[in-house]
Amino acid sequence: MGPLVAQPVEAALTGRPHPITGAPAAARTAWTCPACAAAQPLAVAREQLFVCPTCAHHARIGARQRIEHLADPDSFAEWDADLAGRDRLAFVDTRPYAERLAEAQARHRMPDALLSGAAAIGGHRVGLAAFDFSFMGGSLSAAVGERLARAAERCATLRTPFVCVTTSGGARMQEGVFSLLQMAKSVAALHTLADAHMPFISILADPTMGGSIASFAALGDVIVAEPRATIGFTGARVIAQVTHERLPADFQTSEFHHARGLIDMVVDRRQLKGRVIGLLRVLAAPGGRAGTDASAA
Amino acid sequence: MTAVSAESGDRAASEHAPGGASPLEADAERAWARIELSRHPDRPYALDLIGRCLEDFTELHGDRQGGDDPAVVIGLARLHARPVAVVANQKGRSLEERGRRNFGMAHPEGYRKAQRLLRLAGRLQLPVLSFIDIPGAYPGVAAEERGQAWAIAQTIEAQLTLPTPYVAVVIGEGGSGGALATFLADAVLVMEHAFLTVASPETAAAILYRDAGRKRHAAAALRLEAQNLVGWGIADEVVPEPRGGAHRDWDGAARLLRPRLVHHLERLIAQGVDAARRRERYRRIDGLATPEPDAGG
Repeated sequence: MGPLVAQPVEAALTGRPHPITGAPAAARTAWTCPACAAAQPLAVAREQLFVCPTCAHHARIGARQRIEHLADPDSFAEWDADLAGRDRLAFVDTRPYAERLAEAQARHRMPDALLSGAAAIGGHRVGLAAFDFSFMGGSLSAAVGERLARAAERCATLRTPFVCVTTSGGARMQEGVFSLLQMAKSVAALHTLADAHMPFISILADPTMGGSIASFAALGDVIVAEPRATIGFTGARVIAQVTHERLPADFQTSEFHHARGLIDMVVDRRQLKGRVIGLLRVLAAPGGRAGTDASAA
Repeated sequence: MTAVSAESGDRAASEHAPGGASPLEADAERAWARIELSRHPDRPYALDLIGRCLEDFTELHGDRQGGDDPAVVIGLARLHARPVAVVANQKGRSLEERGRRNFGMAHPEGYRKAQRLLRLAGRLQLPVLSFIDIPGAYPGVAAEERGQAWAIAQTIEAQLTLPTPYVAVVIGEGGSGGALATFLADAVLVMEHAFLTVASPETAAAILYRDAGRKRHAAAALRLEAQNLVGWGIADEVVPEPRGGAHRDWDGAARLLRPRLVHHLERLIAQGVDAARRRERYRRIDGLATPEPDAGG
């Protein structure tokens, strides 16, 4: 599991008070890079998709921003907007899970950590899903798994490619084995997509860990990662604690996995949409299997 | 909060302890006693049960890609005269063997070895028997460097495309994605003092309470009793163990297990299975799926 600290980028965009300082949204016109602390006018930061112009750090962004960035304007139509999970284990850690989940749902105005829907990217019809790391670490709940599975299956039915942007700490502990089994569920649904010969473009953002990378996210026909994203099964802190091994400098970064043949390409967020369109021109080409003129709508 | 009844499926949120307190100490101690039984140093390991339940076992070696992970054992055998392919997590008994087998924790080569066994079974039309006993995927630098997450994801996929009948039994620890890699069978059995978990109680406690020392509470909250897996539709049957636990009587444990393996294998062969039906089982795992998702925008 990666760290479960959310970046306040989403809050900056939605006009809510700053989560830490409580400063009113109107007072915040600057964005500070969480890596190098360079400040930018918020408008510049937005234009740069929250990639720091000074150090190129890719800040975490929310699911809505991700969709806004990748989807053509006004093309996104959400699927399963009311599909929420439930507290099957009546789980209590330091707080009841039911309470924690309700609070996250209210704060993010999302039923869970994944948004999905029909969209167009550069004019190509796709199914598009995006995780929100600030919603309980983007963890893989039963509802997230179900939305993911339905999205993949709808893409098979609609004969469109499936594009998923993952940023996820892995399993959601509070859902126990139901969370674990989402790894199987998502892979089963991806098989339906593969049976329809529709492509799955898996985009990995910081971080993509645990059960998410060990299931659907690793099975993209094409796997794209943002620069310096942390990607891996076990978190570096746990590995260091358990084994006392020295970790390589670039351990579990996008570049680390790219060098080992596990990721196809590492792409700057500011070029990401263009690269995805480039892939879709081939994979969703008219006359190809994933034609853009599917009759089902 | 009362002790979790063996027959309980879902438990209403209203049964939270007053004030949403953590599970009572008694629950935590009971849950931990079960974990210790499943980890008992004298518990029969996979090869102990394979030797007692199967005939003509011949071990095979290697993933055919350059590695042979001693934490995963594969081979050919007969069960009640029926030829089967076998895959198992293997812990070590002596100090030397424990080290050699990495305490039963597979490296990527172990998952690829399992994939090789599944391919072999498919080609030769052999049913598969899986014995699960893994603390979890190995938290090490080398495992990450060699694509542990990708190896697990691909093994999940391989299980969901296996064309032959597949029976799995959790004989001890069923830790996280490492266990899931050989769990996704048509019939899943769980020995009385075995468990499947999203993360080891120690890891879950570190994430939930930021304190691995609260492993007892995590074990209780995760509701790891074998019978729950049956109630939730994740496993088919709990296999009783000799009085006090399997570590007291290996022959007795095998005498209780063998007929259940035979029963489920013969049942699956008689009814006929295919990979599509298995995928359907894991697609519908948590009851969130609707039979016909609306395929529209």
